[in-house]
Amino acid sequence: MKLISSIVTLSLIYATPIIITALGGLYSERSGIVNIALEGIMVVGAFVAATFTPLNEAVFGNWTPWIAILLGALAGGLYSLIHAFVSIDLRADQVISGTALNMLSLGITVYFCQIFFNQQRTKTFNRGFVKTNVPLLSDIPIIGDLFFKRMYYTFYVALALVIITAFILKRTRFGLRLRASGEHPSAVDSVGVSVRKMRYIGVLISGLLAGLSGGIMVLTQATQFTAGSIHGIGFISLAALIFGRWNAYGVLGASIFFGFSQIFTIFSKDIPLLASVPAEIFKAVPYVLTIIAMLIFSRKNVGPKASGELYDVSKR
Amino acid sequence: MDNYVVEMRNITKVFPGIIANDDVTLQLKKGEIHALLGENGAGKSTLMSVLFGFYQPEKGEIYVRGEKVDIKSPNIAHELGIGMVHQHFQLIDNFTVVENIILGDEPGGFLVDYDKARKEVIALSTQYGLGVDPDAKIEDISVGMQQRVEILKVLYRKADIIILDEPTAVLTPQEIEELVEIMKNFAAEGKSVILITHKLKEILAAADRVSVLRQGKYIGTVNVADTTEAEMASMMVGREVNFKVDKKPANPGEKVLEIKDLWVKDQRGLDALQGLSLYLREGEILGIAGVDGNGQQELVEAITGLVPIEKGEILLQGQSIVNERIKSRINKGIAYVPEDRQKRALIMDFRLDENIILKSYEKEPLSKGHILNQEEINKKGNSIIEEYDVRSSEGIDTIVRNMSGGNQQKAIIGREMDLKPLVMVASQPSRGLDVGAIEYVHKRLVELRDQGKAVLLVSFELDEIMNVSDRINVIYQGKITGNVIPEKTTVQELGLMMSGSKEVDLA
Amino acid sequence: MLKKRNHLTLSLIAIAISFVVASIVMLLSGINPKIFFLSLFRTMTGVNLQAIGKENFFNARYLGEFIQISLPIMLTGLSVGFAFRTGLFNIGAEGQVIIGGVGAVIIGVLFKLPWIIHIPLAILVAALFGAFWGWIPGILKAKFGVSEVVVTIMLNYTALYLGNYLIKALPGSDNQKTVTLASSALLQSDFLRSITGNSRLHWGFIVVILALIIYHFIIEKTTFGYELRAVGFNRDAAEYGGIKVSSRIAYSMAIAGAFAGLAGAMLSLGTFDYGRVIGAFENYGFDGIAVALLGGNTALGVFFSGLLFGGLKSSQSLMQASGIPLEIANIVSALIILFVAMNNGLDYVLDRLEARKRKKNETN
Repeated sequence: MKLISSIVTLSLIYATPIIITALGGLYSERSGIVNIALEGIMVVGAFVAATFTPLNEAVFGNWTPWIAILLGALAGGLYSLIHAFVSIDLRADQVISGTALNMLSLGITVYFCQIFFNQQRTKTFNRGFVKTNVPLLSDIPIIGDLFFKRMYYTFYVALALVIITAFILKRTRFGLRLRASGEHPSAVDSVGVSVRKMRYIGVLISGLLAGLSGGIMVLTQATQFTAGSIHGIGFISLAALIFGRWNAYGVLGASIFFGFSQIFTIFSKDIPLLASVPAEIFKAVPYVLTIIAMLIFSRKNVGPKASGELYDVSKR
Repeated sequence: MDNYVVEMRNITKVFPGIIANDDVTLQLKKGEIHALLGENGAGKSTLMSVLFGFYQPEKGEIYVRGEKVDIKSPNIAHELGIGMVHQHFQLIDNFTVVENIILGDEPGGFLVDYDKARKEVIALSTQYGLGVDPDAKIEDISVGMQQRVEILKVLYRKADIIILDEPTAVLTPQEIEELVEIMKNFAAEGKSVILITHKLKEILAAADRVSVLRQGKYIGTVNVADTTEAEMASMMVGREVNFKVDKKPANPGEKVLEIKDLWVKDQRGLDALQGLSLYLREGEILGIAGVDGNGQQELVEAITGLVPIEKGEILLQGQSIVNERIKSRINKGIAYVPEDRQKRALIMDFRLDENIILKSYEKEPLSKGHILNQEEINKKGNSIIEEYDVRSSEGIDTIVRNMSGGNQQKAIIGREMDLKPLVMVASQPSRGLDVGAIEYVHKRLVELRDQGKAVLLVSFELDEIMNVSDRINVIYQGKITGNVIPEKTTVQELGLMMSGSKEVDLA
Repeated sequence: MLKKRNHLTLSLIAIAISFVVASIVMLLSGINPKIFFLSLFRTMTGVNLQAIGKENFFNARYLGEFIQISLPIMLTGLSVGFAFRTGLFNIGAEGQVIIGGVGAVIIGVLFKLPWIIHIPLAILVAALFGAFWGWIPGILKAKFGVSEVVVTIMLNYTALYLGNYLIKALPGSDNQKTVTLASSALLQSDFLRSITGNSRLHWGFIVVILALIIYHFIIEKTTFGYELRAVGFNRDAAEYGGIKVSSRIAYSMAIAGAFAGLAGAMLSLGTFDYGRVIGAFENYGFDGIAVALLGGNTALGVFFSGLLFGGLKSSQSLMQASGIPLEIANIVSALIILFVAMNNGLDYVLDRLEARKRKKNETN
């Protein structure tokens, strides 16, 4: 039981950044812009959060990580605007733009680490997020052990974001218009709604969420920011988005599963049958599964139809 | 002047290299159905895009209900009560009818009030007798229904100036009649309708007045009651129209292509061809008449090998070709001029010579042992340019994207005729071309026929079918419902066969 | 893909803007961009401009290292470029490099052969391994219409872990690397080393030259290349012309993978003499995207842009030694991709400028 509950708890903790980033990707892709820069945006968010924290922990105390992740979100949002501008206004290939931003993020963050801290990483911080037992709820038998003990509050933030996202897409005016922009942009323009605006908002939200997620990741899983802090979680999030079929609850499920496969190597040592399987195999699982999922989905239209396509208002 | 609900005065709209509207004036009365007539490329769509706020004119003024307005975006057009039913539907396939209709004008605030939306849609649909299911997804309803959803979108926005852009192209004759009724209802309620079309009969059936554009210029406006088809046609084309094609009587020989009980599914998995059979003889042009979407596309693509068939037989000179690949069908003598030439027949970013060898690059002397011989390719390109009068700025080195539509089509026809085919499949070969180019295309097809080749001509224009074909087959819902000789039939009879209400086999 | 304005002009503008932006970043963070440009120049020519006239102003070692580092990214540039010509985006060169490198290492560790067989065999296996890794997304795209972009991203990570697993599984490997490869499989050369001041320059440059020529020949001169280009511009028209589109897509990705696999061989057999367990991507594949984009997907373009990005990459150690963060080179590379990607927009802006100028002239 102890083993199971710690597997569940850790899976959820590792799933948290995946969930939030994948939700970010969902907003962007639903608006019609492919965002493979999620990884790079997370790097920027993580860098900002991890730079802010050690410099301000004395001032803000326990509030430091919360402020830090908000700043991370803001930085991610700003960074994503480059992607929006380049791919929406300058009509660049969205995949190329995303690739460039991924490369740029590592260059620019480590560069500023060197400028600020004279090393290739940020200063170590003391006040990352702290694992907590949620009052009252953690006393519930079984459920308390699984979901409310030794958890980061950030997981509940991710959960809330899933519910909010699902609701926004389904029920609100903004959600309807966002989805429409990713399916058939000229139909949206023809009824007087600006596709450009919807796509800017979609990309901006993806940046805010990926930046937030990068901050959360570094403040829950590390003690400083390095070039390896994000190590592909942005791409796993992209995988989770596809595996979750561009749907908020699907993303939640896929992310938890991928979080589980992240931590599985830690526990497989204790499980006789699995101890002999090399760690590399587990690490590769999310990627291989995503390819298989894409094969299964390939016969059906699940993704936003116009996502990734250049939309040129003048070529109606 | 005050009784005009819309007045567009002296509109000029210039695109790089082309004056799309040159000093055009359009006056729309309240409660009238006003046809806007012109050939493809005459500037009708541009003019309406200006009225709808997609484009800003370089010169000219627009008055709506007597007030001068500046329509900077479709939003402003909406506010002025102008609505447009686009030729290419602006509908989202996996959204419901209601979602499509309310998009951009959602009831409720931050949250969409779907109940209210649904009620409003049902009310409107009932009021105008449109019979649309509000909860159906667009991908599950017929093209005619989709058009009604587009109309509902306009009505939902309380538009009283309604633009219909080529609305009948996708409809069956019955659906067209229903649409005319719907338009007349609008007019009776005081709404004004602009009907963009190049079909004269529709104007006679529906419109009160007609304004004609030709090559971007305004030609004039006449009352439909005071005019004739011939007068409208000559206003549209600028000279006495003689659609008659100069040709000798046909002298058909052996059956060269025979199709038996052909079944083909369309992209949505529905049976587009349902046991179609036909034959084509040497030295004849067989016209396939029919409303768009009755299986024409699937028929030509099944013959050329671009779509798989479910069952049936396609015989070329008595030999089955259903298992042959596309390339082998080309080599056996099937040439193809497709409907969508820029998407299917040309590589727009290739040079002209590279496009000319698209079907022959593997043959000597153009290449040998997989190595291209540029010298021979140049020679081939230049000979086609010369023989088929393909004009371009840099000869064979011209990027095809930079050529005019007519010259692109000449290049395609040159390439296909150079294959020395047994069968030429031509789908809508004159679509979007000017009158001169259309005549050229028809002349070349007749020339092929006179050489003893077989031509299969698919067209949605009955005039073209009647004038070019030696024999006509009518296609309706994936089957041939008529086999007639043009001299022994009428457009009316063809119309009946095209709607499935009559079957004839005379020839 | 084809632009009105010629690709060279736009590329040079993109490079210029990137250097300007990077210089501004350096100035803002208190670094003199002059050091950056001096380092870059010294790396790419061996000449130390600040020591002109002094005895050792020229150091051939820089030149040798510069070429050595350029070799794999020219090959990944060819890999990405080849796929681009067929209208495919190969983000997977990164993984294909890894898998190709592993292939070369396997041959180097497991076999004892005369060099005349061993070297070509190791290189061939690297190309085949890379080709297989490229063929997977190719065939998935061809048969199931699955986006090659996402599949290659996923395969990069799969390759990272699979490669590490295979390296560790070879006899004699520890957790970091394999045993030293048989010298008969290596491209390293004492001669090349000695004439370049003990740099790591190796015979791989011959492989790269051959690869550039083969690339040009296939794409421009053969019917196969014609088919690939036709598919790249317009799949529907290619199909209409009788070209087997799906087979061409699969072939194209496999050949792209082979070029990247060769890059893996350069690293395993030339730069190093053992197989390495790597903790993260080394960006050879991503550099290849930059090289191909800037080089306009032609062999000659890839050669020159390969030199530029090779120069940026190899100047990093000198920059760090001169007191500027080596990441500035990465920033410049990323900026170049970003500005090349803005081609469309750039073209548009230049159009506007020209139109304005014309108007001015007309009114005068």
